[in-house]
Amino acid sequence: MTNSVPFSLWWRRQILPGFGLTLGFTLVYLSLIVLIPLAALFVKASGIGFDGLVRTILSPRVLAAFQLSFSVSFYAALVNLFLGTILAWVLVRYRFPGRRFLDAIVDFPFALPTAVAGIALTAIYSPNGWIGGPVHTLTGWKLTFTPLGIFLALVFIGFPFVVRTVQPVLADLNIEFEEAAASLGASRLQTIFRIVIPELIPAALTGFTLAFARALGEYGSVVFISGNMPMKTEIVPLLIMMELDQFHYTEATVIAAVMLIVSLVLLFLINGLQRWGKLKGEFV
Amino acid sequence: METISPIPMRHPAIRDPWPVRAVLLITAIVFAVLFLFVPLLAVFYEAFQKGIPGYLAALGKPASQSAIQLTLLVAAIAVPANLIFGVAASWAIAKFNFPGKTVLISLIDLPFAVSPVTSGLVFVLLFGARGWFGPLLSAWNIKIIFALPGIVLATIFVTFPFVARELIPLLTSQGSDEEQAALSLGANGWQTFWRITLPKARWGILYGVILCNARAMGEFGAVSVVSGHIRGLTNTIPLHVEVLYNDYDYVGAFAVASLLTVLALITLLIKALLTWRRADLLPD
Repeated sequence: MTNSVPFSLWWRRQILPGFGLTLGFTLVYLSLIVLIPLAALFVKASGIGFDGLVRTILSPRVLAAFQLSFSVSFYAALVNLFLGTILAWVLVRYRFPGRRFLDAIVDFPFALPTAVAGIALTAIYSPNGWIGGPVHTLTGWKLTFTPLGIFLALVFIGFPFVVRTVQPVLADLNIEFEEAAASLGASRLQTIFRIVIPELIPAALTGFTLAFARALGEYGSVVFISGNMPMKTEIVPLLIMMELDQFHYTEATVIAAVMLIVSLVLLFLINGLQRWGKLKGEFV
Repeated sequence: METISPIPMRHPAIRDPWPVRAVLLITAIVFAVLFLFVPLLAVFYEAFQKGIPGYLAALGKPASQSAIQLTLLVAAIAVPANLIFGVAASWAIAKFNFPGKTVLISLIDLPFAVSPVTSGLVFVLLFGARGWFGPLLSAWNIKIIFALPGIVLATIFVTFPFVARELIPLLTSQGSDEEQAALSLGANGWQTFWRITLPKARWGILYGVILCNARAMGEFGAVSVVSGHIRGLTNTIPLHVEVLYNDYDYVGAFAVASLLTVLALITLLIKALLTWRRADLLPD
C-alpha cells in the first residue's frame, strides 16, 4: 500500500493530477462550513462550566422536552420499522399496477420541504380536517396539538428511511435460500422468520436508527402540528428555538450540544450497522 | 414498462399465501394514500380554496414575490458552491488513496446528522451580535446574521453532502483507466477532467444537484434561526409560508407552499427518470 513508500515518492508516482488542489480545497471548505462552526458549539457550551451545564439540562422544562423527543421519536421509528419493511416487501416481491409510481412517491417526504409537510399535516389532522375530523367525531381524540400529532408527523418524515435501506437488501436476497428451505419442508412462516428476516435485520435496524435520528432533530414538520406547549408538546429542537428567541444563547447552546452528541453517537451506530450489513451480505 | 419478473411467481412454496399478500398490499396502499396522497392533495385543495384568482393574488403579493426571489438567489449561490465542493471532494477521494479517507467521507456526511435548528445556531454563535466575530463584524458594519450571508451559510451547511455523496461512489466505481489513457495520450489534467470525467459522471452530478437544490429551496429550521424573519427582506419561501400561516392567511400559506410542492414533485420525477435510466444501463 501507499504507506510503505516515502510520501514524496508516492506523490510523484501519482499518474492523475490535481490531488493537492482538490484535497486541499475539500479540507478547507469542510473546515470552514462544517467543522469550525460545530466546534464553536462545543467550545461555547463548555464555557458555562459543569454546574451550569447540569443546571440547564436538569431544569424541568428541558427534561420534559428531552423525554418527549426521545419517546415520540422512538415510537415513530418503531412504527416506521414495521410499515417501512412492509412497503419494501410489497415493492420488491409483489407485482401490481402502479408499483413503479408507488416506488417513486415513497421519497415524497424527503423531497417535500418540512414547513409544507407541517402545515399540510396540521390541516389534515386538525379536528375539522379530512382525517382529524372523522377521528374526532368517532373517538373524541384530538390529533393536533398533542404528542399524537407529533408522532404522526415523525412517521411521515421517517418511513422512507426504512423503505430505502431495506429495499435494496431484499432485492439482492438470493431467492434460492427460500426455495431450499421450502424444499426441505419448512413452512412459509418458518422460511420468513429463519431465512428472510435475519438477513434483513442489519438494514432494518439501520433504517430504524436513521428514522430515529431524523425524528430527534426534526423541526419544520412538527412545529405546526405540536402547538408548542412547554412541558406538554415542546420537542427539543423547538425548545432550542424558544431559548434563542428569548436571547438565552447559553441554554440554547448547551441543549444543542447535548443533541449533537446524541446525533454523533447515532451516526457511529449507523456506520457500525452498515458495516455489519455489508459483512452479512458477503456470505449471501 | 412493467415486466412480470420470474422471481415472485417461480414456485408456490416461496409465494406468500394470498391472504398474507392481500393484507400486506392493502396495508401498504392504505398507508401510502393516508401519508403520501392525502397531504399532497391537501396542499392544493387549501391553496385553491378561493379559486384560481385567489391563488394568483396570493402569489402576486410583493412579500411573496420577494420571498421567491430570495429563495432563488440563495439556491443560486448555495448549490454551485456545493457542486464545486462535491466535484473536488469526489476527485480527491475516488481517484487517490490517502490515510484518513474513511474519516473524511464520514465528516462530509456530518451535516445530515445535525438538527436543522442546530445548523442555524452554530452560525449565530460565530457571527451573531454576541458571537465570536460579532464585535468585529459590527465594527466593520457587516451583517451576516439576520441577512443574506447568514441564510446562504446555513443553506450551504444543510445541503453540504448532497453532491459529494452522490459522486464519491460513482467516480470510485468508474475507476481511472480512461483518465490515465487520456493523460498518456498527452491531455493535460483539466482536459482530462472536462472531456473524460465530467461527461461520464454527468447523470450523477445532475442527480446530486437536483436533490441539493430541492433541499436548498425548502430548508426551514436552519434558515429560520439565522434569518430574523424580516418580511420582504430575509424571508425565504418556507419562512414566508410560516408567516402567512401564523397570520391565519391559509390560502396564502398553502398557495406559496404549493410552489415548493411542485418543486418536490419535479424533483421526484427527475429522480425517478434518472434511476430508471441508470437501471436500464445496467445489465439485468
